[in-house]
Formats: sequence, C-alpha cells, structure tokens
Amino acid sequence: MTAQTAITHPALEVRDLALEYRIGPDWKSALRDINFTVERGESFGLVGESGCGKSTVAMAIMHYLPRNGRVTQGSIRLAGRDVTDLSPRELRDLRVNKISMVYQNPGTALNPSIRIGRQVEDVFELMGVPAREREGRVRQVLDKVQIADPIRVMRRYPHQLSGGMLQRVVIAMAIASRPALLILDEPTTGLDATVEAEVLDLVRDLRDEIGTSVLFISHSLAVIRKMCDRVAVLYAGRLMAVGPTEETFNNPSHPYTVGLLRCLPSPETGRRDETTLDTIPGFLPPLGAEITGCIYAERCGNVQDICREVEPELIPVPGDSVSRCHFWDRAQELPRTVPEAAPRRERSEETLLAITNASKTFVQDGAPVYALHDIDLEIRVGETVALVGESGSGKSTLAKVLLGIHAPDDGTVIALSGKGLSAKVAQRTQGEIGAIQMVFQNPDSALNRRHSVRRIIGRAVRLLRREGRKETDDRTKNLMREVRMGSQHLLAKPRQLSGGLKQRVAIARAFAGTPALVICDEPTSALDVSVQAAIINLLAELQAEENVSYLFISHDLNVVRYIADRVAVMYLGRLMEVGSSPRVFAGPHHPYTEALLSASPDLEEDTRIRLEGEIPAASNPPSGCVFQTRCPRKIGVICETVEPPLEEAEPGWFKRCHIPIEELRLLQGQPPAEVTADPATT
Amino acid sequence: MMGRFVLRRFGLALITLALLSVLVFIGTQLLPGDVGRRVLGPFATQESVDALNARLGTDRPPLVQYTDWIGGAVTGDLGDSITFARPVTELVGRALINSAKLAALAFVIVVPLSIWGGILAALRRGRLIDRLITVGGLSATVIPEFVSGIVLILIFAVTLGWLPGTASAPRGSGFFTQMRHLLLPAICLTLVLFGYIARITRAGVIEAMEADYTRTAILKGLPRRVVIRREVLRNALLPTIAVVASQMGYLIGGLVVVEVLFSYQGIGQLLYSAAQNADFPLLAGGVLVVGAMFQGSMLLADLAYSWLNPRIRLAGSG
Repeated sequence: MTAQTAITHPALEVRDLALEYRIGPDWKSALRDINFTVERGESFGLVGESGCGKSTVAMAIMHYLPRNGRVTQGSIRLAGRDVTDLSPRELRDLRVNKISMVYQNPGTALNPSIRIGRQVEDVFELMGVPAREREGRVRQVLDKVQIADPIRVMRRYPHQLSGGMLQRVVIAMAIASRPALLILDEPTTGLDATVEAEVLDLVRDLRDEIGTSVLFISHSLAVIRKMCDRVAVLYAGRLMAVGPTEETFNNPSHPYTVGLLRCLPSPETGRRDETTLDTIPGFLPPLGAEITGCIYAERCGNVQDICREVEPELIPVPGDSVSRCHFWDRAQELPRTVPEAAPRRERSEETLLAITNASKTFVQDGAPVYALHDIDLEIRVGETVALVGESGSGKSTLAKVLLGIHAPDDGTVIALSGKGLSAKVAQRTQGEIGAIQMVFQNPDSALNRRHSVRRIIGRAVRLLRREGRKETDDRTKNLMREVRMGSQHLLAKPRQLSGGLKQRVAIARAFAGTPALVICDEPTSALDVSVQAAIINLLAELQAEENVSYLFISHDLNVVRYIADRVAVMYLGRLMEVGSSPRVFAGPHHPYTEALLSASPDLEEDTRIRLEGEIPAASNPPSGCVFQTRCPRKIGVICETVEPPLEEAEPGWFKRCHIPIEELRLLQGQPPAEVTADPATT
Repeated sequence: MMGRFVLRRFGLALITLALLSVLVFIGTQLLPGDVGRRVLGPFATQESVDALNARLGTDRPPLVQYTDWIGGAVTGDLGDSITFARPVTELVGRALINSAKLAALAFVIVVPLSIWGGILAALRRGRLIDRLITVGGLSATVIPEFVSGIVLILIFAVTLGWLPGTASAPRGSGFFTQMRHLLLPAICLTLVLFGYIARITRAGVIEAMEADYTRTAILKGLPRRVVIRREVLRNALLPTIAVVASQMGYLIGGLVVVEVLFSYQGIGQLLYSAAQNADFPLLAGGVLVVGAMFQGSMLLADLAYSWLNPRIRLAGSG
C-alpha cells in the first residue's frame, strides 16, 4: 500500500457487518447490518446498553472472536485494508503496528506475574526496537501517560498499582506504536469519578498529540458526549442512529436515544419530589430472536402498525445523521412511560439514627489504619442521606459500622430513635437488626444462586419477623408486589432474572423486616441506565409508602442530586462537608466537593479542577487537613499543621476547611451571599 | 512479610507434628495394653513378659514414657527395634534412602509427563486428545495400586519378561540395573498421579488462556508460542507446582502397597512388617518420620506457591 492511498482512506470502515454466535446447536445473529466509518483523527463513539453488541463490534475489528463466534457477512477495512481475511502473520503485524485496544478492567488486563516494565517493553520488542533502546522508550511512553515516577513503576507488579495507574499503563502500551486506530472499550467503567476525569483528559490529549483515530465504546452517554465527535447508538446488534454527537444527543431522531437520555437524571431533570425518572419498559430481545419489523418496536412508545411489519432502513435525517425509525421526526414526542408526578411523602425533623464521635481503626501488619475518624452524622426519619467520596474514603466502612459488622473504636455512640445501639450485630435485638438493612451494589454476588426468589425473601422474612408459615408466605408475596414483581418470579433462581429484577429481589429482602433505615451501597451502578431509572423510582416509591430512611452510597453525582435530601462528602475517613442536597450542589463548596463536582464528565472542561495523584493511604494520613496534599485551594501552613474541625458554617451546612465561607464563595466565582452577615458574628 | 509467613507456617507444621507424636504414642504404646504380652504372645511366661516390659520401659507411667520417647526423638534416638534389635533411626534411614530412589524415579517420569499432558489437553480442549488425557488419567487414578501393579507385573514381568517383577536389585548393582528394577513400581505410581496433576495443570492453563491478560498479550501481537510459554504457563503452573510439591510426602512415605507388592525395602515395607511383627518402637518411629515427610512436603508446597506468586511474595512491601 502506498502512502498516497493511505491518506485517502478513512481509518476504519465497517460495511454490512453481520456476526453470529453459536449457542448450543444453533447459530444466532448477534450483529446485523453494521455500517459506520471512523475518519482519520476522529473520535467515534459506540453507545448502548449491555448486551447490545458493543464489545462484539470491537472484538470483530480486532479479529479476536470467541470460538463460537463468526463473521458471516461484510467487511472491516482498516486504512483501506480488509482485516477479515488475513494470515496469522499479517494479523499479528496489524495488531503490533496499526491497531490497539484499552480494556474495561485494567486490574485483570495485565499479567499478574510479570513486571510492568517488561509488559510495556514487549510492545517495543514486537515493533522491532533494538534491545538497548527499549528501556528508554518505555520510560518515555510512561512519561507520556503522566506517570510521575516511571522507573519505579516499571519495577512493580500490577497488584502493587492502583486502578487508575494500571489504566495509564494499558494506555501507554496501546499508544506506544502510534496506532492508526485506538479502541477503548469502557476504559473508565469501574474507576472513581476523579480518576475517570483524569483518564479521559489523558486520552483526549494523546489523541490530539499523536493524531490517532479513536473508537470509544461506553454505556455512559455522558462520557461519549464528552469524548466523541460522532456517535452510533447500538441496540440488539443493530445500529439505531448515527450522527454527530451534539446532534444525536441534543436533537435525537430515534426513540431509543430519546428514551436513554430521559432515563438519566441530570441537573435539569428536577429532584425526586418534583418528578419521576422516565424508563424504557421491557427487555432486550434474546440473542438471535426472529423479529419482523423494527427490533425496537416492542419497547417503543411511538410504535405504529407498520413498525411491526417493516424493518426501517437507516434513513438520512437532518443534521448529517441517520436514524433507523419510520417516524424519526416524531422521536422527541415519545410519551412518558411512567406518570410524571412523584410519589408524595411526608418528612419529619425527628432523628432516626445518630452516630457520634465515630472512629474506626483497623490494625494491619501491626500498624494502625485510620479508616474512620471523628464522624458525626444523623439521619432523620424518612430522609435520604447520600454518602459520596472516592474509593478508599471510608464510605463502606461507615456502612459496616452502622450495620454492626465492624465494631467501631471506643467512644463511638450509635443511637437508633434515641436508644443506644450495640456496636456488634450479635448483641443487637431482632428488631434492631431488622431496622437497619442493606442493598448491595452487585445483586449477583449478594443473592444465593441456588435458592429461589421465594426462598431468598422468605428466609429474610422468617429470620426477621419470626412468624408462622402462613404469615411469612403472605409477607413474601406482599414484598414481591411492593417491588413490582409478579408472582411468576416466585420460583425463579437469580440466574433466570435480569440485573434489574435481581436488584428488586435484593431490595425486597432488605424490606423484609420493615426497616427504619436501608443502606444502599451503589445500588444502581452495576445496572443499565433504563434499569437504573426504574430502581431509583422504586426506591423513591418505597420511601414514600414506608417512611423509611436511606443512606445512599453513590459515586454518580447526578443520581445523588436527584434522590438525596442531604449529602455527606467523605475523604480519608472524615466528613468534609455535610448539608442539604440543594445547598451542597449550589455551593460554595468544600474544595474537595468542588473537585468531585468538576470531575463529573458532563461539565465543560474550562471549569475543571484537577485532583492530582491518588487518595493517600489511611495508614499514614497527611498532617493537618487530610486533603491538603491534593487541595487546589490550599492557603498555607495552617492547612499542613492544624486539622480543621467539622464546623457549622451556615445553619445546617457543615464544612471541614480552614477557608472562610465568604472566601470560598469568591474563589469559586459565586455571587456574594444575599443575606448580609450578621455584624455580631464577625 | 514473607519471613513472617514462613515462620508461622513452620510453627504450624511443628504443632501438627507434636499432635501426631501424641497420637502415634497413644496408638503404639498405650492402646496395645500390655506391650510385652503383645510381643511375646499368649504362651509366654509372666516373668519373661515382665522382663521385656522392663527392658522396653513399658512398665513406667505413660507420661514418663512419652517424654522419654519424644525427648529421644528430637535428639535423633527413636529407640531400638524389637525384631531387628537395631536402632530405629538406622533402619528407617536406610529404608528412606531406598524410598527416595523410587520416589525420585517416579517424580522424573510423572511430573514432565503429566504437565505436558495437561497443557496439551488444555490447548486441544474438547477434542479427542483432551478426552483421552482427562478421562484416561482419571480412570488410572481410581484404579488401586494393587490392581494396576499386578497387571503391570503380569504383562511386563511375567508375560513379556521385559522388566524384573521385584523392585530390589541385587546387592551391588549399578545405577541402571537399580533403575530398571524400579521402573515398574514407578510406572504404577505414575498411573496414580498422572490424572491428578494433569487435570490441575489443564484447569490452570484453561483459566489463564481465558484471562484478560492473555487477551491483552494476544492483541499486543505477541506470537501464540510466546503467549503460551510466558503469559499463560507462568500463571497456570502455580497450582500445579503446589500440588506436585504436596505429593512428595506421599511419594516418599506413603507407598506401603506398592513397596510390599514389588517387595522393595522402602519405608512403606518397613512399616508394614513392623505392624505385622508388633514391633512397636519401629512402628512409632517410622510413622513419626513419615509424618514429618508429609509435613515437610506441604510446607514446601506452600513456600513454592507463595514464592512464585508475586502477589503473595510482595504482599505488604508496597
């Protein structure tokens, strides 16, 4: 191939791609009629819910399909060269020089028993770089992905590095050959918001620098919106819409895109007392389902008779886009699927749970690890308190202390409805145990795979209520109704249920003993957006019906903004800021909250506060304010020497920071307070 | 970190051995009741029984006997054998050397063969060769040694006459003659262990082949050969190495059936005859030594596994 033709061809051209998987004896269609082009230097996004075939597209391009997968039709051209028909040698050459990939889980993507340096060096060795130059090249490329101390990192094994650091290493390996096409498959899913922001910035800088084309795969609309020039929306192995990112999201021409966008809470959505979240009803059709007409018709609110008979083509629509919808011009008129009116609830000022002076010190290898320090938090009856912060900030530890799984240090006082609560779950009464329950992030690992739904919920009812068989059974069925599950699921095993249904079972189990407080630990982060919306609606309804309180642990600030009444921000085992949710989101913020908010991918980068480095080890917290090592607003020596107390700076708003609130307001570019300060307080 | 782990593991092994010594003592010195009577039989006179008990020290209180015995054991003195009238340590030592020869030959045959078989089965997963190795290996494992041993003797020693049917080479034989005699029992042991080690290897290789890091290596463009040798085997063989090391105890000390069948003067045979002849000091000493061998091999297995696995080796050394 000459340089001349290389320039004229787009980086990637996928034409009429169809792919099948063999399941049992049958070949089932997984992708059909996939057509898209990634131009040179372009960032192209592929978005859709899990099971839509996003990763399958990536693996087909990499020519790395599982043994039961085969391409049945179409072509994949990389810089004009068809990759579906290459000899093993040509294929290796392609992977070494032309195309590389960054994976979802950096923790498993690197070999656990080979040093980082060696794994990166491989890439240069394969490229034919002479042995004596390789180490320097490895250092250079690690430098390029902003790893501060490359020589030290090169000597490490993967388990000695954090997730964000590992993803930098994987990215370094991927860009080492300056590939023509870089595929990123959910590269930031599972990373903290602040780390995600850093990694995304890095990818963008590198793309600009080396001019590579990017195929970016994500379930997150916000990430795609931030990263991509154009986007394709995938549903059940078929493209639903392709177009420029702005056009696709701001002026969607397919009801599926409209539905996805509506599921997401955003600053414009309104809070949970104002509106419900819209959902997409129904389920993804099973792999290879024979469907006449539009594959999305079953779940589409705009469906007409013709939709069930004739499958639409990809129709050119205004704004340089295409849409696979007969009625693309009506996409945005999609009716809501759930009533807009939010469930009404009563809230009281009565304190349900108060934890005072709480700290928790673990001993690891003989050295203390300060997991929680000086926590004071109260949760009122019927209230949702959100707990936010990076991993390692102590959110889960606090939850476990409340549940009695970890006994806190002496001096910690936990009170439920004004009555002291034992630190250990074994010393709590039946009623107290039933009063505080938990919903976990991953329902797959939280539910016993061998038990039926009836048994899973029934067991919790029996243990927490100790009633007769009949009452237990009635209560079980009642709980199923409350979480909007039909009795046809009573005998199902968890593996027969979708992720959303499993999470409903987990929620029903938590409600078995009429709890006063349910701790929800990232309850929707393993779910697709349409399912997430339904689960959040369910939690809101249950709260209105049962007057239960939630401690809602989440890293998704949009979800927190939607559902929480109050927000508590944690860093390194301390509460940094506590206040009502509107107040915390409106600001002025604690500098750490400010950084968390600006890491959220839907913000413009001009206002971006970068958090350098990683959260320090809890075994060796920084002196003074624990945030001072990363604080972009640090004011001086006082931050390094004196730990600020958690003080009530405004009625109901607490911060742990030396900077006075007025100064924070100025620093963060907010208008001065409307109410003039009381002269007596100066 | 590693040092502490070794120390703790070693301490546990010592505790296990101490418990074993108590059990062995109870089994061989206390439960038989009147040791002198058991040795001399029902027709001996009471005087000679008493005399023997006095000579063996079995007329003393149990605690004294135990401390005396265990005190001797840690200084390398396990008393004298009744039947052979020789120090137990000397008898056990000689038998151990013989057992070690057999174990070494079996080891040299079975380890490469079964690892190779396991890798082959994993790489040809689901095909005929995989079925042959996994099903064949499992079948061979469940056949008791006395069955497979007799079949081997019948075929190779009696019918074909290719190999000697007894394992003990004539005194003063050279290395190769000795090995020729040991070949049949070693094959017998190979049949027992092949299926086990091959299956563990196969499982490890399949897991590593499907791991994300293997995908990364392939998509980096590494040749398949290199991927398997460096990325896959390095991780896949960890459990295999641990299993092999843990079988060393069995190979050296657990071969009662095979050694008796092939009339080989190893530790298994020695224990068997000690039990038959009610030679309690020899039995007790032998069992204790075999227990130590098993403990040692388990310890070796743990150490090998943790040393080869950087996640354990470097734990805590951030």
